Formats: sequence, structure tokens, C-alpha cells
Amino acid sequence: MTPRAESSKETAPSGRGVPPSQRVVVIGAGIVGNSVAYHLCRLGQTDVTLLDKGPLPNPGGSTGHASNFIFPVDHSKEMTLLTLESMRQYKDRGVFIESGGIEIARTEERMQEFTRRMASACSWGIEPVSLLHPEQVSELVPFIDQRLIRGGFYTPGAGVVDSLRAATMMREEAANDGLTVAANTEVLGIDVEGGRVRRVRTTRGDIETEHVVIACGAWSPRLAAMAGASIPLTPMVHQMIDIGPAPRFANAKGMIEYPIVRDMDTNMYERQEGTNLEIGSYAHRPIALDADEIPSIEEAALTPTELPFTQADFDPQMEIALELMPEIVGDETVGVKYAINGVLSVTYDGMPLLGETAEVPGLWSAAAIWIKEGPGAGKTIAELMVHHESEIDAYESNIARAYACQRTKAHIRARASEGFNKMYGIVHPSEQWESDRGVRLAPFFERERALEAVFFEAAGWERPHWYASNAPLLEEYGERVARREAEWESRWWSPIINAEHLAMRDRAAMIDLTAFAIFDIVGPAALDVAQHVAMRQVNVAIGRVVYTPLLTPSGGFKQDLTIMRLADDHFRVVTGGAYGMSDLKWLQAHLPPDGSAQIHDQTNAWCTLGLWGPRARDILSSLTDDDVSHEGFPFARCRWIEVDSLQVLASRISYVGDLGWELYVPIEQGARLWDVIAEAGAPHGIVPAGIGVYGTTGRLEKCYRAYGFELEADYNVVEAGMAWGKVKDEDFVGKEAHVRHREEEPAALLCALTVDDHTSSAGIKRYMLGGEPILTSDGDPVVDRRGRRSYVTSAGAGPSLGKHILMAYLPPQYAVVGEQLSVQYMGERYQVSVQTNDSTPVFDPENARVRS
Amino acid sequence: MNILVCVKRVPLTGGKIVLTDDARAISTRHLGFTISPHEECGAEEAVRLVEQHGGSSTVLTVGPPEAEEQLRDVMAIGVDRAVHLVTDDEEWDPQATAAAIVDAIREVPEPYDLFLFGNESADAGNYQVPIRVAHALGLPCVTGVKGIAVSDGQLRCEQEVEGGRDIYELSMPAVITVKEGLNLPRYPSVPGRLRAKRKPVEDSTPPRRQPRLEMVRLHLPAGSGKQVEVLGHGPEAAPAVVGILRELGLV
Repeated sequence: MTPRAESSKETAPSGRGVPPSQRVVVIGAGIVGNSVAYHLCRLGQTDVTLLDKGPLPNPGGSTGHASNFIFPVDHSKEMTLLTLESMRQYKDRGVFIESGGIEIARTEERMQEFTRRMASACSWGIEPVSLLHPEQVSELVPFIDQRLIRGGFYTPGAGVVDSLRAATMMREEAANDGLTVAANTEVLGIDVEGGRVRRVRTTRGDIETEHVVIACGAWSPRLAAMAGASIPLTPMVHQMIDIGPAPRFANAKGMIEYPIVRDMDTNMYERQEGTNLEIGSYAHRPIALDADEIPSIEEAALTPTELPFTQADFDPQMEIALELMPEIVGDETVGVKYAINGVLSVTYDGMPLLGETAEVPGLWSAAAIWIKEGPGAGKTIAELMVHHESEIDAYESNIARAYACQRTKAHIRARASEGFNKMYGIVHPSEQWESDRGVRLAPFFERERALEAVFFEAAGWERPHWYASNAPLLEEYGERVARREAEWESRWWSPIINAEHLAMRDRAAMIDLTAFAIFDIVGPAALDVAQHVAMRQVNVAIGRVVYTPLLTPSGGFKQDLTIMRLADDHFRVVTGGAYGMSDLKWLQAHLPPDGSAQIHDQTNAWCTLGLWGPRARDILSSLTDDDVSHEGFPFARCRWIEVDSLQVLASRISYVGDLGWELYVPIEQGARLWDVIAEAGAPHGIVPAGIGVYGTTGRLEKCYRAYGFELEADYNVVEAGMAWGKVKDEDFVGKEAHVRHREEEPAALLCALTVDDHTSSAGIKRYMLGGEPILTSDGDPVVDRRGRRSYVTSAGAGPSLGKHILMAYLPPQYAVVGEQLSVQYMGERYQVSVQTNDSTPVFDPENARVRS
Repeated sequence: MNILVCVKRVPLTGGKIVLTDDARAISTRHLGFTISPHEECGAEEAVRLVEQHGGSSTVLTVGPPEAEEQLRDVMAIGVDRAVHLVTDDEEWDPQATAAAIVDAIREVPEPYDLFLFGNESADAGNYQVPIRVAHALGLPCVTGVKGIAVSDGQLRCEQEVEGGRDIYELSMPAVITVKEGLNLPRYPSVPGRLRAKRKPVEDSTPPRRQPRLEMVRLHLPAGSGKQVEVLGHGPEAAPAVVGILRELGLV
């Protein structure tokens, strides 16, 4: 169109200013921002403005160019739930085309991975899915060269969405309910005053506001920085091309006639739309960008997130696609009509960034979300803003989870680049990152390295998983240590873990627990804060240690942790490293506004060494004059003792089921603590033991629950078998719901099961790793009355029992000791039996060892 | 017949052009690269003529090492081989560019019958190189061509002029500069792309002649960039749309 001198650059609500004040400002009008705004309106929040720098309906972010297809099956439960909710919303709006999708295998290893996908589909309730022979793939996708493939994993429910249309519909509906929309409105600043968000400054004026949601995709880090916060993602390039018109597609009746093909082993996908075939890739070299490298709308040749295509990176993918689909891709008359380096958002751990930012109250992140999660993530954020909890427990996506070292550009780039080529990878549940390791080192690190520790990463810490120097224990324990024949289960595992476990049960073990997150709640109101967040009574004598759940408002699990009362006005909270920063955020949100209680993060000030086993007292008493007898230092107590020249905070609790202590010293004294314990322990046969014992074998024999495995917001305390004692009189978060749960018949009960027969049809003993579906003995899925499937929440060896232990929530009719069920693993079913249906441990059910 | 098509690597710009700090070039920080639409038609024409009459086609560029990307793009639609006269990153003036091309052409053992250029480059727009090449080689030259036909070794070229067409008939070898609209260039196929990767590129580094034209700085005229006018909303916009269509002579 001819440029006209008098023309205006404005489109939607042109020329007008923005409202001077709003409850919420949502920045970014892609699928995520529109979804957040829509769901806020649905929850009664209509005092909302949605801004975008770009024009509508396509402001120029990745919603406008993304490939828009959805495969629901994922090994991650949280991702699956976000995806299923998003699909439901797309379908409700009529913008979902169910094309079906086939993941194809070129290798036997991939076919085995598909049996795992079958299992995950069953665990998360996605049906139907099936494994296909190459001929069956060919019937569905006749232009594929079936000679190249071993088979396929078919999800008939996969499909393609129109995310721009969905976003527009959401915006228009919300606008009818009162949402204000301002396109072509650039954010110039986000002001923080008095420690929280106060104002958004835009090219059309300032908006005073209490909440700001950043839903700006790859630009999000730039916006967060305006408020002094971080959204730890990196923009990355995903290449795709469109070729057409293909003669075979000329007579296609609908827009999409063929299932989407994911060529898993080459990290590529191909999908027909209209007369074209789209080819996309995650196989090229990882190309990470800075948010500042994304051009402005005016400068961009296409849109800002459709960067110039770099052909050389895509050449190998063209060869692969041509080989797989020669009829279409090899056709000389079919042209490459569109080719881009699309920009998408990638995080250091592959999960989205949802929730209130760690740094600035009132500043929310709705970032690192792809089309398949958009509407579900929008709903989740809106619920978190309004109700402080969400229907989908998105704790793995909580933006607050990231530690400072995980927010650095170097770390994000390293991990995002490493993860990029694993997008379609066969990723072992225990698989470790290779890049940017060695960032957080315990004071024990050099000693551990000398002992040939095999380090796994936990919250950025290097933590021994087992010690190769303990190999002689294998000889000592001989047959009692089961070997694993299948490569998959022996990957990221060693029989040494089980041997370390047995040595701990026989003698003693020292375990590095420095990855714990440690917070001190102090001040006159410290008790009120601790009491308000903790389910159990924490108004206890000084020197008591309380193990307690933290509940969500609906009475689900927010966390389980221990609290030591160190003084009247001083509570020390110790929680697992994985979600330590999320827990800190939760605690901070419950502080009184008058400053009468404060939280100090002591994580990097203290190191922790666990000392457990029947000889633990002998070892400790040889180093101290303090009374560490059972009478003098009972279970669930903590106190300062002198160990050699060190002042040690000793806490007599155990997550492994043996007598012993967690020993805390200032981090610079950790090496000395290690040395004196090792030296004093030597005559008693102490061994260093890794997290394989602490997190799996020791824990599972005692049926101790773990947050993120057994404990999630979707399950309550009664279901988890943790409703011991009476409900405390004081108010606490989730109390009302918890009281109600105690009066209800639980929908499921957490049970421990053991595997009756490990032998596969090939005659090999197989060991489940967690996540597998529990089936009835007839092979049907087990579903509770709330529609939740039973699946293995944790799995691992119980070396003292000589059994493989599985934890799972079962509906009451199956949660019966002795009940026989089965578990689906790698395409076969194995018989399992219920051992306990409450918190009674399968090892030492009387807890005699812990209390000895 | 043997055809040489000459192209130039230029930035693929968006609505707003940003200059480098010294204002002597376009900032290409966010940009991809391409050749001009005229040159795309020249390449397409070369491929079609060879398809019809046999022979072979060659693409030539004077440009930095990265310009190989444009040579591969042109070969992807069917041009057989490439000649790359590799320069440093400095922009060469038309005289130096033409001299380098002439030297390269003189070295070719099998002479070209037809030289196709874009009417002007997409960035500098000096309109000089093809004419300088024709002059140096003593060849006839027709510019601004929108139709080419070959029969019995004779070329027939059509040039659009005010109110009609000029038609030139000339013998080969000849230099022709073409304009967008000459043909509808094809999209490269995937096999074409992959073949282009393996086609030969003959590299050489020509000596740079002392530039006699110096570009001092670029200036962005005010009011450039895409502009959008909202004609109205809903049915009320219809009369304004009709008005525009009338203005364009479409109704």
C-alpha cells in the first residue's frame, strides 16, 4: 500500500492513553499474556490492562511463528498436566485440529524408550496411545520411507492449534468483561517502591499498579531487569522451513490430513499443513542469543522473532528429511518458501518460569512457556495471583526455585545449549548435566574427590552419589548386593550404593548434606511465623526438632521440612536443596509487614555432615565430653556440642532410619569436621556414603516421604499417611482444609510395595526407577475417585530387605497389605505386593534403631 | 549458450533501516542477506535459457567471503557453478567492481554468450557496473530489460518505456541488465539446495584498484519506513477502501 504522508502509525486503541491506575498490568499479548489476562478476568479481576509494544493480533513474538503442534505425552507429570489443560482450552475454543502424531524410531534403543512413553501415558492418563510397526506408520503417513524406521509411538490425540486465534478470542472475551487492551504501547520502566512493584511507565503514560505480569517470551529478562529482578531464560534459535506445494497434498480435504511426524532420533519434525510440509529441527548447533540481539519490530525483515535463516546450520537436516520423505521433500517442483531461525525461550533446567519473582513482590513471571503450555500456564498464574495456589501444582516451574548461580547468563546458556539437542532425547531419569559443573562445592569436596566420589549435581552443589573407593565393600557383602543386568537401570547407578547402605546399617556412615537450604526465622514474631506456616506444633521447648509439613491453603503439600527451635525467638528451618529457594519465597511471603520477624538465608553459611549407623554414638562420644547418650540427647533434639575444637550444632534426627545426628558447622570448619569424624570413625569401620543411600535406599526402607515425589499439593496429609496426633489449636495455612481431610474418607493412601518377581520375558531381572503406572493384576489402570492414576512415586533398592521398594498412592480398595497388583515397566508387567498402607516402615517397623 | 549472471550480496532490511555509528553503512546486526529482486530474475532467466537452449550458467559476485551464501542461493535454483571474487569487507566502487569482473571474464577459456546483471544493486544503486563491463569488453548493452528471447543466436530484448515498449535485437555476446518482472523466479527445491552445496565455487582474490569514488556518509530521509493508515473499523471503513481501490485503478 502506498505510504501516505498524513497517516498515523497507530492501530488498536489509537491515540488514547493508558488507565492511570490498575490492579494488574500484564505485559505481552502473545498466547501467554492473553491467557493470564483472560483467566484473571474469569476469577473476577477485571481491573487489568494488557499491554504490548507490537500491533495486534500478532505483536511479533513467538506466538506468531511457532509451529503450534502439541504432543501431550511427556515423562514430566507437571508438563503433561500443563499441556493437557492447555489442550482442553484450545479445544473449548474450537482452535484445535486433532491430527494425531507419530514419533518414529530409527533405533532399538528408541523403541525401548517408546515403551517408557507408553508407561508415562498410562501414568498420566493419556489414552489411547499405541506402538506401531513400520507398515502401520506407512499406512498413516504414506510418504514416509518405512525402510528407515523401526516403528512408531502413536498419539491419536496430538494435534495442531491456532494459538494466535486462541489468544485473540481470550482477549476479546476478557475485554467484554472489562479488560483494557493497549497495543503499540512500549514499556519504558517498571518502578519498585517500598520493596514492591508500584508503577509501569509506558509510551502512553504511567499506570500505578500492585501487580505486573511479564509475559514477554524471549524479551522477558529485559523487562524483569527494569524492576531489578531476573527471569532466567535465554532466547534460542529453532530452525524451520516450509516447502510446497506438494502434489500429494493438492487434494487434501482439510487443512491437516496427516499425523505430525517427530523423527526423534534426528531431533526433527515434519508436518503437513495445506499443500505445504513444515520441517523443523532441534538438531542444529545450539544458537543462544541475548534479549538485546532481537531486533525491534521496525528493524526486523519479518517479525522480531523470525530471524534470518542460517542455511548452513540446516543443510544436514534437509538431507535427513529428504531421505525420510523423498516423495515430498525430493520433489524438484516443491520449493522452499519460508525459512527462519525462529526464536524461542529456553531455561537452564527445561522448565517454565512461573510465579512471583524471587526479588520483587508484585512482579510476576509468565515466561519460558511454549504454545503447548500457554493457556494452562496462564490459568496457573492467574490462580496463583488470586488464590495463592493453583489447580495444577506447578512447583517445578516456580520461578523462585533458581539459586543465584543458576541465574547467571553463563549458566543459563551452558545448560540451555546442552538441553537444546536433548529436546527429543532419550533422557535417563538420573541423567546428569555435563556443562558448567563444579559451581557450589562443599568444604568436604577435596576429601570426597580423593575418595573417588561420583558426583551428582543438587541445586548447583556437587554432591557424592556414591564413592568408587567403597568398591571393596562389594566383596564384603557379596550376594547381598544385587547387581543390575540391564544397562538402562545400571546407568547413573552403582551396586556400591547398596554396599554403602549395608555398611551404614552394620557400622556407620558419614554423608555430605551441605546442599540443604537453611533459613533462620528470628525476631519477636518468629514463633507466629513458624506456627503459621507449619502444620505441626512448633511452640516447643528450645532444643526440640520438629518434622512438619507446610501446607497449601487447600491442605496439599507445599513442602515437608524440619524446624529446630534454637531460642524463644529463633527457629532454624532446614529443607532440601532442590526447592530451597521456592521455600524461602514462601516463608518470606508469610512475614509480618511490620518487620517483627525476619528470615535470614543461612544456606551458604553452614555445612552439614550426617553421621548415622549403630556405631554413630560411639564415634561421636569419642570426640566430645558432652552427653550424647540416648537419655542425655534423645531423639528429635538439637543442641550445641563441642566436637574436637569445633562448636557443632547436632540434631538427632534421621532420614535413613539409623541412630545418629546431622552435624552443622560454619562452612569454613567443615573440612576439619570431616577429618575428625573420619578419623574417629575409622576404628568403627565408618564409610563415606552418598546420596544414593540418603535419598533412596535408606529413605525407602523407612518409607520416608520426599517432597516432589510422594508429597505434592495434589495429595493431602491423610492420603500421605502423615496425619499423626491431633491438629494443633493454633491457626496455620491449610488448617481448615486439613481438618476436613481428617474427617473424609481418603481417596488414596500412600503405600509401600515390593516387587515379587523381577524377571522379564527375556529372563533378565529388571528394576523400576519411578514414574511407572500401577495396574491391577488384570492389567487395568488403577484410578482413585478423584480421577488420579496410581503410579510409582519413588522406586529403589532396599538392600537390608533384599527387595526393590516402590511407593505409590492407591485407592483404599487396593491399599490393603498383601494386595497383589502389577507395574508396567519397559513394555512388560511385573507383579508387586502392598507391604504397608500407612507410614509404617518396611525396615525396622518399630523404629528401634532411630530411638536406640 | 554460456551465460554469466552477476549478483551482489546486500542486507535484507526491514521497515526501518539503521545505520552504523559512522553512518557509512547499514547496520546489519539483526539482518540477513540477499540479492536484489532484479538479480533474482536474472538468475531465473539464465536457468530458463539454459533449460531451453542448452549450455551452462555461471553466477559471479564481487564480495566478502560471506557472499558465498548468495552464490549457493543462486545455484540452488539451477545455476551450474560460481565465481567468487573475494574482497575484504570494504565496499568497492563501481569502477573497481567492473574492472575485477572484466579481468575475471577475460580469463575464462570458454567465452560467455550472455551477461545478465540486475538493473542496479539493491543498496548502492549506482547503475554503473554492467555498462562499464560492456564498454570494457566492447559489447552491446541493453538496460532495464523485462523480456528476453533467443532464436538463431540472436537476442530479442524488451524494455518498458512510457506508453509502450522498446524492442532491441542484437547479436551475442551481449550485456543485458534486467528488471524485476522479467519472470517469476522459482523457489529453490530441497534437492536444489543440497546440490548447490556441492557445486563448484571458483575463488580468487582480485587486486583492489584505488577507489575514485568515496562514500562519505549515508543519510536516512525523514518519513521513511512503513506507514499504516487505519481507514476505519467495520462496515464504516468500506467507502474508504473503495476510494483507495479506485485511486489504484483496480475498480
